[in-house]
Amino acid sequence: MPSSNDCDQPPAEALPVGIKVLVAGGFGVGKTTFVNTLSEIEPLSTEEMLTAVSAATDRLDGVENKATTTVALDFGRITLSPSHVLYLFGTPGQERFWFMWDELSEGALGAVVLADTRRLEHSFAAVDFFERRGIPFVVAVNEFDGAHRYHAEEVRTALDLRQEVPVALCDARVQSSGIRVLLELIQHLITTRSSHGSDTAPPVLRA
Amino acid sequence: MTPVLPDGPLTNETVGRLVRPYTVSDGRTRATSHFTLVTVVRATGAPTQGTFGLEHAQVLALCESPVSVAEVAARMQVPAAVVKVLLSDLAEGGAVVTGHAPPPSADHYALPDRDLLEAVRDALLKRL
Repeated sequence: MPSSNDCDQPPAEALPVGIKVLVAGGFGVGKTTFVNTLSEIEPLSTEEMLTAVSAATDRLDGVENKATTTVALDFGRITLSPSHVLYLFGTPGQERFWFMWDELSEGALGAVVLADTRRLEHSFAAVDFFERRGIPFVVAVNEFDGAHRYHAEEVRTALDLRQEVPVALCDARVQSSGIRVLLELIQHLITTRSSHGSDTAPPVLRA
Repeated sequence: MTPVLPDGPLTNETVGRLVRPYTVSDGRTRATSHFTLVTVVRATGAPTQGTFGLEHAQVLALCESPVSVAEVAARMQVPAAVVKVLLSDLAEGGAVVTGHAPPPSADHYALPDRDLLEAVRDALLKRL
């Protein structure tokens, strides 16, 4: 981080690194529950300015339109070690804001897309968003009554997911379940990093 | 500096926020250093250079231990953009130290390095 006082400051290496993971999915799928269950701090929310750029082709005059809006982002924290702190940011639930998410996903490690099989369509926009931008994500099927109605492969088909995208079953109210979902994401990142175009579908874990 | 800090945000039941959020940063919303929501900051406790006000003091009080920009903004109930400007002032004045943040991203996603991923994985495994 450039600073005119670099030589006077204690080494920045002494500070933990902040890691951002997005928790996405449409309204009502359980993002808030997922974040709050995992968070070691009380639910917090911050306002961030996001700039939405509508493509020039959307407009008759061929000029890009930029609109800056303030969005409230719920987030939680997990201190992993003295070196790493994980922050989970819930994406804005309103689907109409999805095109703003470019800035939101800057610097994010990856994302968890929550899906509720009673309303799978609520997760389409999030899946589409991350796929388009090449941001690694896992899908976590959050079921509320303990009885998973659909096999994970049916969810994969319904969401039209690529084979390499992990699908995990989870209960957002259970902390260990959320941790397992995050582990799925990290393992997916490690696998993606070390392999090129692996065609084997990852195993589905009950988280 | 030892200002008296309010217990909560400056608000009034009827009017809402008494101080419009962007006035605390003199209308500035562009920080001179690059801060993200997850940039970790900490007060140095060193004597400061520069003119700081109540809002800067609030930021310092909130980052005596390492904390993220998002947390400071959430607890002050001011927009993150404002906190970034305040932190930028404080960093230039030697009052806070900031963690490394990735440079403003290019258009594409870049996979983090393996050491980071394995460290995160190991830490998460311990929490199961």
